[in-house]
Amino acid sequence: MKRSLLFLVFALLLVFLSSALIGRYPTPGFLSFERITTDELAQRLLFNLRLPRLLAALLLGMTLSAAGMVFQLLFSNPLVEPGFLGVSQGAAFGAAFSIVFLGGSAFVTQTSASFFALAGLGISYLLAHRLRYGGWVLRLVLAGIAVSAFFSAGLGLLKYLADPLTQLPEITFWLLGGLASLTWTKLLSVLPLALAGLVVMYLFRWRLNLLALDEQTSFSLGVAPGRERWLLILAAVLPTAVLISISGMVGWVGLIMPHIARRLFRTDARFSLPASMLLGGIFTMLCDDLARTLLAGEIPLGILTSLFGAIIFLVLMTFRS
Amino acid sequence: MTDPILSFRNISFGYRTSHPILKDVNFDLRPGRITAILGPNGAGKTTLLSLTLGWLSAWAGEIYLMGKPLHAIPPRERGCRMALVPQAEHTPFEYTVLEYVLMGRAPHLPPLAMPSAADVKIAQTALEQVGIAALIHRPVPHLSGGERQLMLLARALAQLSPSSHLPLFTSHLLLLDEPTAHLDLHNKFRLIQIVRQLRDAGVTLLMTNHEPDVVLAVADDVLLMEGGVSPQFGTLDEVFTAAALSRIYKLSIRLVQVDGHKQVLWT
Repeated sequence: MKRSLLFLVFALLLVFLSSALIGRYPTPGFLSFERITTDELAQRLLFNLRLPRLLAALLLGMTLSAAGMVFQLLFSNPLVEPGFLGVSQGAAFGAAFSIVFLGGSAFVTQTSASFFALAGLGISYLLAHRLRYGGWVLRLVLAGIAVSAFFSAGLGLLKYLADPLTQLPEITFWLLGGLASLTWTKLLSVLPLALAGLVVMYLFRWRLNLLALDEQTSFSLGVAPGRERWLLILAAVLPTAVLISISGMVGWVGLIMPHIARRLFRTDARFSLPASMLLGGIFTMLCDDLARTLLAGEIPLGILTSLFGAIIFLVLMTFRS
Repeated sequence: MTDPILSFRNISFGYRTSHPILKDVNFDLRPGRITAILGPNGAGKTTLLSLTLGWLSAWAGEIYLMGKPLHAIPPRERGCRMALVPQAEHTPFEYTVLEYVLMGRAPHLPPLAMPSAADVKIAQTALEQVGIAALIHRPVPHLSGGERQLMLLARALAQLSPSSHLPLFTSHLLLLDEPTAHLDLHNKFRLIQIVRQLRDAGVTLLMTNHEPDVVLAVADDVLLMEGGVSPQFGTLDEVFTAAALSRIYKLSIRLVQVDGHKQVLWT
């Protein structure tokens, strides 16, 4: 098991290195070492455009997949994904709001998206406290659904109000997700929170199993379920919210990677959580490579993650016993 | 008299404010004895176990574990001293039996630590003890109801396994909720033996049970619950009488001696 994880780490490094070299400059293919040392444009391309973008793809994939695994365990439900507590829809609403009303500069859109993503989480939490129905899982899920519906109605309204020639396409592209306009500044603005979240989730990897049990059982095992659960929800959601704000909607990574990790590794989150992180990083880097190299223009990343995520998922679920 | 391991003092509890299920519950469990909680469906037997665990908080009164108020005991210490075998448990993911039983070691581990090879050994021993060592790598959802119940017992045994700072069994309390509900005769017999072994090692056991033959076979003391108000607590001979059983189950019940063993007959 440890050896397979090491293999994944190795694969991740390999994908990282080759992704940095692959692209469409000067011709579609790999940059040669010689060109990097001699061509100043190639150097700038590599360090100012490809590297931050690649790191963002890696971080995004790792965070979404780890957060998805954490959510599936905490909610004892294999069908939840990290954005479902009003976070994804909140971010989408925030981005559209900025594009329609606030001028839509990159910085404002990012701020607005992360603000509304966190607002979505906050409202879901408060609402779950007010609901008088079912256990905490059901209450949070219901609150998340209600808040998501609220924001998606708001998003619909904003789309309707948006200028169909300038603003509407911009909203649509944001919703399709992508890392095309990524800069070091954007990356550094999300890096601390994303790293902190990943570290917390990784440290709690065995204890996640305990939180997946019936509440009374985890209580009987000496866990303080309330406190640990909220710590992990925050560790999963905060990085997800800020990353979505720079990437747009990159779907299915957070839902499918945990399933693949459990399928290939064991259910025990000691192994499946790191596996999910690594697989998510590899997958998102590869999809982003295709997004920027396949055509002369950019393909939205969200389209590719959904497409290949679904294919890999179906293949694994049908062909492995 | 030794100090009681568990004491209920004037406990009252209900799920809705107007409907107390338990009222003025008082009893003391002495170490190294098996107590059966007996009563009709809905009398509050499982509720009483949840209160003992600390999962539910009483409206009034105080519960003491080894002389300390239950709510003042840190969760991990509580987890090392008291384990629960629930009647059924929802498992949404395909954990293996070993992974599942290993979770019983959680209260013994410092925060963020992982189970070690020693913990794996303890889990294996617990599985051997309940007789399902052969299923160690089987996914939990593939187990039968009875195998699952034995696995939950193994997890509790792993949880109560003495560690360096708690070397003796005598300060341990095991709660069992209907432990024989899914077991066939062979496994029921095995469970009775395990329960007796634990008692002989000094563990105190508190179990709910619907089967009079199991109660007769293992119980030292009986807590008889009748609508939850002031349940009767005493030794098996004092409390487990034909008159009391007939009253709580609203049946005509006789206790007869067969080959020197008491048996329950009902008509």
